[in-house]
Amino acid sequence: MDRTQLLIGVAVALFSLGLVGVIVRRNVLVMLMCMELMLNGVNLSLVTFAQQTATTVGAVLVFLIFVVATVEIALAIPIVLLLVRDKRTLDLGAYNDLKG
Amino acid sequence: MIDSLLRNADSVLLLVCAAATLASGALMIVLRQPMRVAMALITTMIFLGAIYGLLGVHFIAAFQVLIYVGAVMVFMVYVIMLLEVRESDGPRYSRLLVPGAAGFVVLLGVVMISIWHPLPLSVGEMGKGAFGIAAFSTAFLGEYWLLFELTSVLLVAAVVAALAVIRVSRDSDNRKRHG
Repeated sequence: MDRTQLLIGVAVALFSLGLVGVIVRRNVLVMLMCMELMLNGVNLSLVTFAQQTATTVGAVLVFLIFVVATVEIALAIPIVLLLVRDKRTLDLGAYNDLKG
Repeated sequence: MIDSLLRNADSVLLLVCAAATLASGALMIVLRQPMRVAMALITTMIFLGAIYGLLGVHFIAAFQVLIYVGAVMVFMVYVIMLLEVRESDGPRYSRLLVPGAAGFVVLLGVVMISIWHPLPLSVGEMGKGAFGIAAFSTAFLGEYWLLFELTSVLLVAAVVAALAVIRVSRDSDNRKRHG
């Protein structure tokens, strides 16, 4: 197993851990943090492939993902704050009325 | 023994950082309190920064620590402290725990099997600095300038959307108070 395989394995494991966290946890903030973990896994794979092919496009994409992650948190946090102020809980089960 | 360790210090450090990253990532699923989960995520991000440093992309390592740990996670920790909602009695996992865990195992297994075959050979040796910040900046502001500009549009849209969310909640508060 060479370095590339190891790093891609770690990236996939991080992405899967984040995905399983989003699926199985009930706390809204923990789910948000698990989404960040998924983005981190994607970043690691992009950096690995950029290094493997010696191109800059992977690094550019990593920067764009940084921006997207920041925007996602900046928008998700006020929404979570409003939901918690309304329901007094972080449990996802209390937000069933969001189904519409 | 020590000589060979020193010669392979790079690889040993990479392995240690990869193991620590995965361990703290797994802790995020297991821990109950959001603050502890946030600390585990910060640990994951710092070790990922170390991996980027070992790979030779030092500027991404620096930005990983500055933007992710310094901005995003500090914001998250502030919010957790602000909310102060303690839930120690409720269930930690949803009823999708078993399908989620099974999906995790299947996904990881499929990808691991597919990367077990040797990947195409690297252009250069991994971690020997294929490009630095100069090459990155030239490409980012030259070839990919449109993406850079679109990023600023996205940031403005996010600011406007955050203001709109706050405005909507203030309006509904006022309506509740007066009506």
